[in-house]
Amino acid sequence: MVKKLIGAKILAESLLREGVDVVFGIPGGANLPTFDALYDSPIKVIMSRHEQGAAHMADGYARATGKAGVCLATSGPGATNLVTGIATAYMDSIPVVAITGQVRTFMIGNDAFQEADTIGITRPIVKHSYLVKNVKDLARIIRESFFIARTGRPGPVLIDLPLDVSTTETEFVYPKEVNIRGYKPTLEGHAGQVKKAVEAIKKAKRPVLYAGGGVIASGAAKELTELARKTRIPVTTTLLGLGGFPETDPLSLGMLGMHGFEYTNYAVGECDLLIAVGARFDDRVTGKPDEFAKKAKKIQIDVDPSQISKTVPIDIPIVGDVRATLEVLNKIVERGETNGWLKQIAEWKDQYPLVYKEKDKLLPQYIIQQISEATGGNAVVATGVGQHQMWAAQFYQFNKPRSFLTSGGLGTMGFGFPAAIGASFGRPNEVVFDIDGDGSFEMTLNEIATAVSNNCRVKVAIMNNRHHGMVRQWQDLFYKGRHAQSEMVGQPDFAKLAEAYGAVGITVKTREEVRPAIEKALKTPNTVIMNFLVEETENCWPMIAPGKPATEMLGTYESLKEHGGTPQHRKFAEELPEDLSLS
Amino acid sequence: MKHTISVLVENQFGVLSRVSGLFSARGFNIDSLAVGETEDPTVSRMTIVVEGDERTLEQVKKQLNRLIDVIKVQDIPPDDLLEREIVLVRVGVTPKNRPQILEAVNAFQGRVMDASTNTLTIEVTGDQSKIRSVFELLKPYGILEIVRSGRIALSRKGKLTVKQ
Repeated sequence: MVKKLIGAKILAESLLREGVDVVFGIPGGANLPTFDALYDSPIKVIMSRHEQGAAHMADGYARATGKAGVCLATSGPGATNLVTGIATAYMDSIPVVAITGQVRTFMIGNDAFQEADTIGITRPIVKHSYLVKNVKDLARIIRESFFIARTGRPGPVLIDLPLDVSTTETEFVYPKEVNIRGYKPTLEGHAGQVKKAVEAIKKAKRPVLYAGGGVIASGAAKELTELARKTRIPVTTTLLGLGGFPETDPLSLGMLGMHGFEYTNYAVGECDLLIAVGARFDDRVTGKPDEFAKKAKKIQIDVDPSQISKTVPIDIPIVGDVRATLEVLNKIVERGETNGWLKQIAEWKDQYPLVYKEKDKLLPQYIIQQISEATGGNAVVATGVGQHQMWAAQFYQFNKPRSFLTSGGLGTMGFGFPAAIGASFGRPNEVVFDIDGDGSFEMTLNEIATAVSNNCRVKVAIMNNRHHGMVRQWQDLFYKGRHAQSEMVGQPDFAKLAEAYGAVGITVKTREEVRPAIEKALKTPNTVIMNFLVEETENCWPMIAPGKPATEMLGTYESLKEHGGTPQHRKFAEELPEDLSLS
Repeated sequence: MKHTISVLVENQFGVLSRVSGLFSARGFNIDSLAVGETEDPTVSRMTIVVEGDERTLEQVKKQLNRLIDVIKVQDIPPDDLLEREIVLVRVGVTPKNRPQILEAVNAFQGRVMDASTNTLTIEVTGDQSKIRSVFELLKPYGILEIVRSGRIALSRKGKLTVKQ
């Protein structure tokens, strides 16, 4: 005799079977049975202060762990508040399962209290979604949702669960197998195409590996590193690919694109072979697409066929899971003659470093370098969106996958803090930083309560320039310095605010105070908000102006060094750790 | 250039909105769309005619394939295209021109579905050139209303099947 359970209990049981250990959300009329069922489940339920926070927490948890994150919201406003978070996860291919309450099935379409067409509203921003009309389908739907969210190109899946379905009983059998006839992601790259890639790599004189979020998503950092070291091909990563290749490796080119390294954009402009690995030629990477790496033959490895040749034509497409494909490629790949190229790149690295000039006030670049040093590049770092995000990408040297959590595709300000909270649940014994801007932090700072009440030891470092800094920078560059609504008038004292919530607040004004503040934060077993009062007019360089080719940058080393300042060379390992040294 | 795409989808709630939403979100133009159940009641077939170059067509096919509810996508090349559309046309008639109209209808193997003292409602089935000709021919008599089914198509070559 199979036991009978109500829908909400089936949901709780199914989540356990999917290995879920924590969910983020807020209860309300239409999802009360779900919260009631989870009340005596071993699954930890974290109440955020706003559903957007819950979605970003689930997202941050997923990015930090590689598991699917789960968020819950009630119908109507609960569901609509999730929307930004779901879209953020969608644009960056993050496995999130969002479960929303819905009004009773017979009320749907009647403009009932707290009713919204959640499936309709979220349709363009989910990988898939389900409206559960019959409790008998619920277990299968949950099984499929997790499968779809995690496999292929990952992404968010939404389950809309009407109140009456969650209280109706049925026999609970959790399906072992998933069989969705319209969903069969290609795993292994086509052997013939892989062979073509091997030949192109062998012939190339000036190759570059261009690694994206797909390397992180498929868990291919090790395989990518092996490929690069075996073939002596330098590696640049996208914003989402950071951590996919150790940035202390001399082959590392850091980030490319709009605020990427100058030498990296030159290397991509000059390369004769570009190997895109889990990267989608985003406009922030390519600048003007027709001009992007135009001297290069292009290989693209991606699990999603729709990304191949989407904006830039590809010569050797390989559709397949990045890790599975690299495993095959690594077995047969041969090193080409790249020594001259590596020498050229080493020269460029020396000639075109990042640079900044000390000012009276603190510089965010310096603070981020200090955080990078203090944590040995081993912290989990979340960010908001804007200048601080780009500086974090430039001045923190990432060495491990799943250590950089940032909204790359949608560019969601306010993402950093809740994402860091979510990550701290997934990796409770590790240091989690939120390098944030004052503008971004103010968008979701209500979650201080969530952090403090759950004893999250998240370290928030606010680069407080009292502006939406990137907007201010663009206004200075392209709008004649007219600072329309970019100044943060009425900003609170963030340290006092932290204390009001029971967190620890630290205000930092001078260079000498920076490192001690970071060390204090690392030692403090509580949520810490560091308010770094930084220079208001500092710009983020270099920069590809919108619509311009990637090799035409503003704020180059040459143009900045005239005004003084210190070049900031990255520190690379002299020798490679033995187990990774493959040359 | 116009392309005819045949798509097998799950016969389920919300699938049409997913497909049409994809077209509008990605800026693809739908010329014609027709949906109906297939020999397998769990599967519907959509015939979609889109306008665009090769690159657009590639993206349309790939984006359709990304949808979980889409089972199969087939782009039917013009040589293999077996295509029909049904149109209903209501024209104004007078006792004087009625015989001429009936003659025209016959020439196109059309059928009179309904007649009143001053209108005829005619059903015509055919490919696009035939339908254009019918409209041309009836235009001088005064077309009052037109409704089109949207184009439906099969490929001359082989069956588009659902693999389990």
